[in-house]
Amino acid sequence: MSTTTVTDTNSTTAVAMVNVQINGTWHKFPKGTRMIEACRQVEAQVPHYCYHPKLSSPGNCRMCLVEMGMPPRPAAGTEPEKDAHGFAKIGWSPRPVIACANTVADGMGIRTEGKLSEECRRGVMELLLINHPLDCPICDQAGECRLQEFSVEHGNGESRFREEKVKKPKNVDIGPRIRLDDERCIMCSRCVRFTAEIADDPVLGFTERGSHTTLAVHPGKRLENNYSLNTVDICPVGALTANDFRFQMRVWFLKETKSICTKCGRGCNTEIGSREKEVFRQSPRENNDVNSTWMCDQGRLDFHFVNSEYRLTQPLIKVDGKHFAAAWKEAITKTADALNSAKPEEIAIIASARMTNEELYLVKSLARSLKVDQLDVVPRTGGADNYLRADDLNPNSNGVRTILGIEPGSKLPQIIENIRGGNVKVLLVFGENVMKAGLDAADLQKVNFIAQSHILANSTAEQSHVVLPSSSYAEKRGSMINVTGRLQRLNQAIESPGEAHDTWEILRDLILAATGSNGLHSVDDVFKQLAGEFEIFRGITLRGIGDQGIPILQTNESVPILVREAERKKQGIIVG
Amino acid sequence: MSVESVQYLPGKQPHARERRLTFRNVDRAGFDPSIECYLRDGGYEQLHKAVTMERQAIINEVKASGLRGRGGAGFPTGVKWGFIPPTNTKPVYLICNADESEPGTFKDRYIMHQDPHQLVEGMVISCFAVKASLAYIYIREEFPEAAKILEKALDEARAKNFLGKNILGSGYDLEIYIHRGAGAYICGEETGLIESLEGKRPYPRIKPPYFPAALGLYMCPTIVNNVESLCHVKHIIAMGGAEYAKLGTPNNTGTRILCVSGDVQRPGYFEVEVGKVTMGEVINDMCGGMKSGRTLKAIIPGGSSAKVLRADEKFKLKDGRELGIMDIPMDFDTMAACGSMAGSGGVIIMDDSRSMSWVLNNLNAFYAHESCGQCTPCREGSLWMKKISDRIVAGNASPSDVDELERLANNIEGRTICAFGEACSWPTQSFVQKFREEMKAGTKSEIEDRIVAGETELAAAGLVG
Ligand SMILES: Cc1cc2nc3c(=O)[nH]c(=O)nc-3n(C[C@H](O)[C@H](O)[C@H](O)COP(=O)(O)O)c2cc1C
Ligand code: SF4
Ligand code: SF4
Ligand code: SF4
Ligand code: FES
Repeated sequence: MSTTTVTDTNSTTAVAMVNVQINGTWHKFPKGTRMIEACRQVEAQVPHYCYHPKLSSPGNCRMCLVEMGMPPRPAAGTEPEKDAHGFAKIGWSPRPVIACANTVADGMGIRTEGKLSEECRRGVMELLLINHPLDCPICDQAGECRLQEFSVEHGNGESRFREEKVKKPKNVDIGPRIRLDDERCIMCSRCVRFTAEIADDPVLGFTERGSHTTLAVHPGKRLENNYSLNTVDICPVGALTANDFRFQMRVWFLKETKSICTKCGRGCNTEIGSREKEVFRQSPRENNDVNSTWMCDQGRLDFHFVNSEYRLTQPLIKVDGKHFAAAWKEAITKTADALNSAKPEEIAIIASARMTNEELYLVKSLARSLKVDQLDVVPRTGGADNYLRADDLNPNSNGVRTILGIEPGSKLPQIIENIRGGNVKVLLVFGENVMKAGLDAADLQKVNFIAQSHILANSTAEQSHVVLPSSSYAEKRGSMINVTGRLQRLNQAIESPGEAHDTWEILRDLILAATGSNGLHSVDDVFKQLAGEFEIFRGITLRGIGDQGIPILQTNESVPILVREAERKKQGIIVG
Repeated sequence: MSVESVQYLPGKQPHARERRLTFRNVDRAGFDPSIECYLRDGGYEQLHKAVTMERQAIINEVKASGLRGRGGAGFPTGVKWGFIPPTNTKPVYLICNADESEPGTFKDRYIMHQDPHQLVEGMVISCFAVKASLAYIYIREEFPEAAKILEKALDEARAKNFLGKNILGSGYDLEIYIHRGAGAYICGEETGLIESLEGKRPYPRIKPPYFPAALGLYMCPTIVNNVESLCHVKHIIAMGGAEYAKLGTPNNTGTRILCVSGDVQRPGYFEVEVGKVTMGEVINDMCGGMKSGRTLKAIIPGGSSAKVLRADEKFKLKDGRELGIMDIPMDFDTMAACGSMAGSGGVIIMDDSRSMSWVLNNLNAFYAHESCGQCTPCREGSLWMKKISDRIVAGNASPSDVDELERLANNIEGRTICAFGEACSWPTQSFVQKFREEMKAGTKSEIEDRIVAGETELAAAGLVG
């Protein structure tokens, strides 16, 4: 039985709509919609390998073949025959078409189910598997392999292949971060297209021909650009694997947490793959206002410090020049006492543009209640690469501008000057190694009391009187504003190691100890206060930020990769 | 055009049933590839005429002539030219497909070797008609001699202003470049050719959207025509489209070159009016019959990709005709109605000494080697078919392997990016359908048991699904 439903497309521009019948039901789609996308929208999934909405469509895997029909042209002078819904009857074509590259047309019929489509899929699956090594038990892709998934749904179960398989190179070193297993490659060319179309580094290509077709790097070239690991994500099988992740963990054991990368101001949306207290990998998560479906290798691999042996796991207090483990209460009290014993103008706070909005807000509250004016963060710039990486290498400079009300780094030279001149008695450092920001040991020796909150043991910690171990980005919830002014959320993937505390809690306890004010039970409460104070956050909750973020600031930044994708989308080369 | 009677080299006299148009100067006594010789024979007169015509008028003549492409698909040339979008603002290209690589086909090479200016003249007229400002001759890598000859012909034509700037004072500019092919069959498929010309692997493009006439070379409108097709354009201008259409039979107009190879007394090339001679006349009159003491077994009528015809087949056509193999007129439509195709004009004749398994294996080996490897069914299926037919030839197959071949071919046909999918599956489909018993006769049923027993054992051991 077929019913007429109209698909809501929310389109405001005047795109012509066409009527398309999918598996017996009529729908409306904007003209130009690819058949595969139309089917997806009405939950008629079309299995595919080579198609990727962000890449050109060569139509090479043939997995998406479906049965298609159009109303036959009526004989001269006659009216077309109509179906029960008033649409012209469809004349089904005996020849299947690929759903990935063809667009819908008015009156078109598509059958993703039924004999022809199913036979095509079974045929392609069989042919993809005949020369495949079937080494799933030792393959890293197992568990997230399209070949596995589709052969369960569309395969034959039994092979009629009685010949010897084609032998191809295995374990090929094609670049510093990636291995290639040519026998597993299904020649979908996604990786080739990514390197050519997105990364502008066309180092991959095919050699040989027919069944002997072999993916390779061009002679003298390596796949080593800063976006190379995206090829591993889009490879539908286990042909490309990341050196960093291979053989580390079966993917079905990984817990996936939606978060963002904090390695630069872009704030690429990510998924953190963790098991128990360990992060095993990070991969990009689609956000078409931030990073499309990509991220840079530098950002992706920048998580190993989370599980590093240099993590600070206990509060430390220096006694007679040596650090001893202490209880949190003692460490906080000691710091609060130091703050209360100094005059406001003798206190300096160096915070970080890597802190979340919530943390920055508490830093501000602390400074405000102590009447401290010497407050800044350490700026980092020079990262821009015409792809995703932002010039600003701090993830939350816009949070600093908005919440602390300062341009990052504008007050830092004066603070350093004051420290050198011996005018700072108490120094609080959050998430920065000030020894890398222009200060040396002799400078720091002029300060009576230094407390540092950080995640890794470093030279500033060495000089500090109190060390407060805090949480890494993977261990906390909170928000940041990226370089394009988008408010985005971090989510907690793992627990902090040892006794390390969430940074906002450290700040809350410090404020409580130093000023006696209280009332914050969760990081959501911090955000609520923040939203009460700053106009641009009004009406937003931490939970309400969602997985895709909210634009809250106007900046002049554009994202080079997104600009180019928009152009290709306009030309109809990609779906976007 | 001059009308003096044409003399041919000794032993190269065309058969009386031939009608020489594009092959008029092939094997002609006293004829050489120089421009002087060509001009003495009335060369480039049609170009003089064409540049004074309206472009649309030339296209209309070609449409009226009914000319169908001689490269394989038989698509009407004038219609193809009309596919260039009328609103186009991009440059237009024309490519002469001189990749001649379909097994059984050997015609374009003779034109290029012996009468290169005919091709150049045909091309310049065609380019003028479709407003191409740049044209290429994509020539098969294995034709080094022809490339040299054409290079020289282009220089000569340029020197006489048949090419270059302001051709014959018409204000029309055109350059033609020779591009040596990349040594692969697939470089002859028009979109693969275009990719190759762009400097890439000849991976055919999907159609839609990449119909060359709209999105061809460098994504600009591009007309791709076979050597022979482009030569005909010159004669269409000379005769007028309507007059040309009187040659041959309705919807199958003009002349075409048949390349006959295999087990006949005198294989060779013959230019005939399309549909005016039958298969029997080709074999018995023009080729002197089968080799002595031999009988006809099978024919591949249009290049290796065409489906094989069995000697004793009867073809019942929709229009009521009932034909034996020898009655089939050598045209596009009847050949298609008989379940095969006229294709590139390569007629391969096989007698009773031929093993059909061996022939099919030979074809399968060609296609397995030439599949570009881009799309799954053809890439994987072509080699699999070859491996099975290898075993059939070696006596290492079971009867079910023969059926398996057909099943496999059915999994390729109609499911690939380019027509190579049909080219490689049609031989297998037709050979198995028409010679199944013969092919099975060479197999061993006990092997079936051995294979099945082996598979059961492996399955029991958990080694195969
Ligand atoms: C696998 C394959 C190989 C082909 N090889 C040739 C060739 O060698 N020469 C040729 O003219 N056409 C060849 N074609 C046909 C071309 O794609 C194209 O249809 C032809 O050049 C158009 O010219 P025409 O319209 O003048 O025939 C081939 C087609 C396929 C599918
Ligand atoms: S390596 Fe992976 S992405 Fe690249 S062509 Fe092979 S299967 Fe496709
Ligand atoms: S571009 Fe920036 S935010 Fe994105 S992955 Fe790289 S470092 Fe991380
Ligand atoms: S059908 Fe064969 S030759 Fe054509 S694109 Fe596919 S693999 Fe290449
Ligand atoms: S998804 Fe590969 S051909 Fe459509």
